[in-house]
Amino acid sequence: MVVRRRPQRGHRFTESPVLQLALQGWRSRMVGLLLMGAFLALVMRGFYLQVINNDFLQQKGDSRYLRDIEISASRGKIVDRNGDMLAVSTPMKTVWAIPGDARTMNAPQKRQLAELLDMSVRELDGKIATEKTFTFIKRQVSPETADRVAALKLPGIHQEKEYRRFYPTGDMTAHIVGFTGVDDKGLEGVELAFQGSLLGRAGSRTVIRDRRGNIVEDVGATKPPQDGKDVRLALDSKIQYLAYSQLKEAIEKHSAKAGGAVVIDARNGEVLALVNWPTYNPNNREKLSGAQLRNRAITDTYEPGSVMKPFTAALALERGKVRFDTVINCAPGKLTIGPATISDAHPHGALTVAQVIQKSSNVGTAKIALGFSPKEMWDMFDSVGFGQAPNLGFPGEVNGRLRPWKNWRPIEQATMSYGHGIAVSLIQMARAYTVFARDGELMPLSLLKVDDAPPRGTRIFSPQTAKELRAMLEMAAGPEGTAPKARVPGYRIGGKTGTAHKLEGGVYARKYVASFVGIAPISDPRLVVAVMIDEPTAGGHYGGDVAGPAFSQIMGGALRTLGIPPDAPIQVATADQGKGKL
Amino acid sequence: MLRFNMILLLIVVVCALGTVTSQHRARKLFQALEVEQERARQLDIEYGQLQLEMSTWANHPRIEKIARERLHMVAPDALGRVVQPQAARKGGR
Repeated sequence: MVVRRRPQRGHRFTESPVLQLALQGWRSRMVGLLLMGAFLALVMRGFYLQVINNDFLQQKGDSRYLRDIEISASRGKIVDRNGDMLAVSTPMKTVWAIPGDARTMNAPQKRQLAELLDMSVRELDGKIATEKTFTFIKRQVSPETADRVAALKLPGIHQEKEYRRFYPTGDMTAHIVGFTGVDDKGLEGVELAFQGSLLGRAGSRTVIRDRRGNIVEDVGATKPPQDGKDVRLALDSKIQYLAYSQLKEAIEKHSAKAGGAVVIDARNGEVLALVNWPTYNPNNREKLSGAQLRNRAITDTYEPGSVMKPFTAALALERGKVRFDTVINCAPGKLTIGPATISDAHPHGALTVAQVIQKSSNVGTAKIALGFSPKEMWDMFDSVGFGQAPNLGFPGEVNGRLRPWKNWRPIEQATMSYGHGIAVSLIQMARAYTVFARDGELMPLSLLKVDDAPPRGTRIFSPQTAKELRAMLEMAAGPEGTAPKARVPGYRIGGKTGTAHKLEGGVYARKYVASFVGIAPISDPRLVVAVMIDEPTAGGHYGGDVAGPAFSQIMGGALRTLGIPPDAPIQVATADQGKGKL
Repeated sequence: MLRFNMILLLIVVVCALGTVTSQHRARKLFQALEVEQERARQLDIEYGQLQLEMSTWANHPRIEKIARERLHMVAPDALGRVVQPQAARKGGR
């Protein structure tokens, strides 16, 4: 049943019966008072929130939408002198988990994740079984894989950006470039030596995010990230490759244990190539041994042998003790000094000083050396850099061994003159030969490219002495010398062989170090190349036979790469008549 | 008086709306800038990866292998080389 009420009509508002009621005055005042009271309460609450509690609430508010974002910076590249990449960082992802949340994954999810990350489910379970609130699942994950992991939307699995270092040239430049650990920390080589400038500094910014996580506004100052500086080495990767492949070939051919080669630009002391064998692949460092890691050319010393002789001869020429053609009697190929006898590999008769170097006579060199006081010889060795680190700024540089002259015995002085009883690193030896390449000046070496004016060398010998020594070195590498195999077709080269017995437990063993250090082109020397082969066991052990051919290949290739014109006139003439055109 | 107040109120309302719109537009533009900057970063990363890839393809062992084995190239010996004295003095090849 529907009840219908008709609107009452018939009186005006002011005649409403409700208004006709006579109420006591206090009731309206009471209502007014209550309203005022409530209003006052509101004002006080407002005052409390806005003034007294303001900081706390503001902070709470900020934490809802303000975010500090770290802007990552990448590590600097290492490039060679032509800008070819030697080491470069690319972004990778780290997959990490909050174990408590990650344990809520079901079995198929776990299997998917483990499969993507190339690990077993058991391994994954082990990682998230920990009580910690954070655990790495896998580091250095490729961006593609990381995206696929992110697409699974697994609970408790998160990702973070990190960088991985790649070495495109691999084992070829491993020793000089070195490598970094997982947190961008240089561990070896240039990566360690130039850690300070390579390392980038991360920046940060404070932003406001909206409900959907988009950044809508920058607040306050942003700190821009500073990417690490690129390091440009003096290395020429073409020459480096050449030296690497030739050294490797020589070591394999002679079944040697180890070896090293150094190429130096004599004009400004730049290290154009520095290789060692055995080496390693810096991109995959799982099974590394100490022998592979060692940068022999810089951190190992050896007794150089006859390679030292030119320094003795240069000192004698410089002091005016002998002339280029002074005759020294080397017969009968033996010389007894005190309790010991030194001998030549092949006995010679009377030789000029030049021939002593050419034929590499120990007796002749010893006789020249005995004309000096120990201090004179020590000073000369010291001045060409033996016994002190070469100051490359490279980690693990060695000083070599040069004993104080006060307790030298005459026999020691004699053996030192032909490179025994003194130990040097290959790079020291190569550097010392810049003296002959540069008219008597010793150059400081540089691993980095020298852009401005080349550094000044230190004068050790007069230009005349250096010139005469170059002539002797050219003879040594000539058809009558000890290293005809070191010759480079088209160029005049000079150099000295070294065949030294190795010291083992204080006794000279029947193990050898074969080396060759040479300069070219003789008419205007530009390059110094030093090759050292440790313990050759097959196909001879003489420096001229083992290290000579490798030197020839490296030097020839390097000269061609640098575009240095041949200076041997006869070869050019035959080329004109021979084939005529290429 | 009332009319004057109404006009002021109107102006205030218009200003308030203007502030809101310009704030909104500023944020839109900022977001667009963010997107572009992110793209720039991505391109930078890609550039690095491409450089890496290029140096992997152009490494010397690979070039030598292809030159020797596939193209049967050999380095000219001394007899096969002709030196032009003029160019040589200038340091040319």
